[in-house]
Amino acid sequence: MASAVATNKHIIHGVFNDEVPLLEACRKLRASGIRIKDVFTPMPIHGIDGIIGVPRTRIAICAFIYGITGTALASLMMWYMMISDWPLDVGGKPNWAYYFNIPAFIPITFEMTVFCAAHGMALTYFLRCWLVPGAKAKNPDPRTTDDKFLIYLELNDEQAKKAEEVLKANGAEEVNHKGTFVVEPAYVLDETH
Amino acid sequence: MHAESDIRIPLILGSKSYRQISDDIIAPIEGKAAKGWYTLITLCALSFLWGIGCLAYTIGVGIGAWGSNNGVDWAWDITNFVWWIGIGHAGTLISAVLLLFRQKWRMAINRSAEAMTIFAVLCAAIFVTLHTGRPWLDYMLFPLPNQFGSLWPNFNSPLLWDVFAVSTYATVSIVFWYIGLIPDFGMIRDRVIKPWQKKMYGTLSFGWGGSARHWSRFEEVSLVLAGLSTPLVFSVHSIVSFDFATSVVPGWHTTIFPPYFVSGAVFSGFAMVLTLMLVVRKIYKLEHYLTIKHIEYMNIVIIVTGSIVGVAYLTELFVAWYSGVEWEQYAFLNRATGPMAWSYWIMMSCNVLSPQLFWFKKIRTSIIATFILSIVVNIGMWFERFVIIVPTLCRTYLPSTWNSYSPSFIDIGIFVGTLGMFGTFFLLFSRYFPVVAQAELKTILKSSGEQQKKDSAALAHH
Repeated sequence: MASAVATNKHIIHGVFNDEVPLLEACRKLRASGIRIKDVFTPMPIHGIDGIIGVPRTRIAICAFIYGITGTALASLMMWYMMISDWPLDVGGKPNWAYYFNIPAFIPITFEMTVFCAAHGMALTYFLRCWLVPGAKAKNPDPRTTDDKFLIYLELNDEQAKKAEEVLKANGAEEVNHKGTFVVEPAYVLDETH
Repeated sequence: MHAESDIRIPLILGSKSYRQISDDIIAPIEGKAAKGWYTLITLCALSFLWGIGCLAYTIGVGIGAWGSNNGVDWAWDITNFVWWIGIGHAGTLISAVLLLFRQKWRMAINRSAEAMTIFAVLCAAIFVTLHTGRPWLDYMLFPLPNQFGSLWPNFNSPLLWDVFAVSTYATVSIVFWYIGLIPDFGMIRDRVIKPWQKKMYGTLSFGWGGSARHWSRFEEVSLVLAGLSTPLVFSVHSIVSFDFATSVVPGWHTTIFPPYFVSGAVFSGFAMVLTLMLVVRKIYKLEHYLTIKHIEYMNIVIIVTGSIVGVAYLTELFVAWYSGVEWEQYAFLNRATGPMAWSYWIMMSCNVLSPQLFWFKKIRTSIIATFILSIVVNIGMWFERFVIIVPTLCRTYLPSTWNSYSPSFIDIGIFVGTLGMFGTFFLLFSRYFPVVAQAELKTILKSSGEQQKKDSAALAHH
């Protein structure tokens, strides 16, 4: 359980020049009970999510929901406009019922499904990651978009010392101590998992 | 990490590091533009301006300024629309279909191919918005209540399906392209020194940081967007072909049109990608990323789709003969032997014969031959749409409506203008945007880099 006094938290950057030692260091850190706050890399690294404990994203489920919303909207729109509000009579063949006309409605139903799924998901992605014009760069070190791989840690005194050792032992190029901040007791979580 | 057999030819030549990939991709942005770039952009911008003049004239006096007439009411406008939209298809195919098939060679070309898609769709949009005659009333294409009562657009009409298909396609392509660009803009933001560049790429990068969570979402979004774009790209040209196929005009009313149009679109799109990429790789010295192997792969796609197109032409002829329908038979006889037979034979030789040359390895791995043939293919594909539209409309059911056609000065001007617009946009893109998806390339460096493959092979032998 959290102690009742304010805790010091150290911000530590472990910088690597390759993804292989980075992954190894992540494994070791986790094995010694240290929580990895985040990892910043120039490209996606396969398999890192499981190692650092990032849950699988649910954004594809969102896309599915947006997609069926699009299907429903398109059907509703075409039913209202073509069947209910103004049954267009082309060559003596009026639109009496939605199901009679379904073949003609398939293309637009499909397009609207894709439109809503794609744009809804893109918007969710931008907002969830807070990728918006004018947002501040989220990487703590500008080299991480180029060729450096960085493990970002926020740890208490004891864990910080251990983490620095693990990072150094696993081929970190640099271990940078980027400052300390104080966390009020109310906000200290048990981070031994 | 993913390992790959060393028999597979490397996709990144030379001895590259992650750093070097960034350096190579950022070079055109940080450095000065080549002389050739200024010459080309001046040329393109001038023809773009010329096109704007012709567009303004058309809007001023109406589409009577075009060569289209009473019988031939679709001519260069729709030919150009279908041609441009078709060109766009390669971009989506490369970035979506090849992603689903895990073809790593797409990573060198997907960015520019997608840019090409967007610019081509913009060019196509000019023709569709204009061919309605009164472009200021084009909002009537969308399902808005009519001001004189609740009359809606006709959802039974393929022309309306086209409005939805093309707008979905254009917007989804832009979003897909931009999501991929964000990490690369982030890299550029962190590398450039000039304050205005820092600011510009800072805004464009949307604050990208490359956190593990963001990469995981990025990959999921890319995968799902690819899954959505794959049927989308097939649907768009199918729907474009419905514009013709659901009519009762002989020569148009055929069920073969959707697959035939889609493969034609991919065929011309890949040819355009090749034309552009061969120039880009030369100007920006990207020979290590866009290798001969990449060119060969694209040429193979051209053989496949070109042959599908050839089979479709022959099938059409056979079905016309076999159907026993006189009008249908006459439509094809007229295309091949009528007053515009020259266009039919240009189409046949450019689209059916020329891609078959790529069966020779020497030709499909030769840069000059590929460049020339890629242009030949696009000329052929332009004529395909011309042949489908113009000679057919010149000779429909009623001989009293038979007509001839020649384009006006304005028709040609607008077409040249769209070529200029496409060129201008592409040149600007290649100068200020990352032309190769560098973040993606970094993921395959270890498995497909030339030096890395050699190293791992050496390691395996000891």
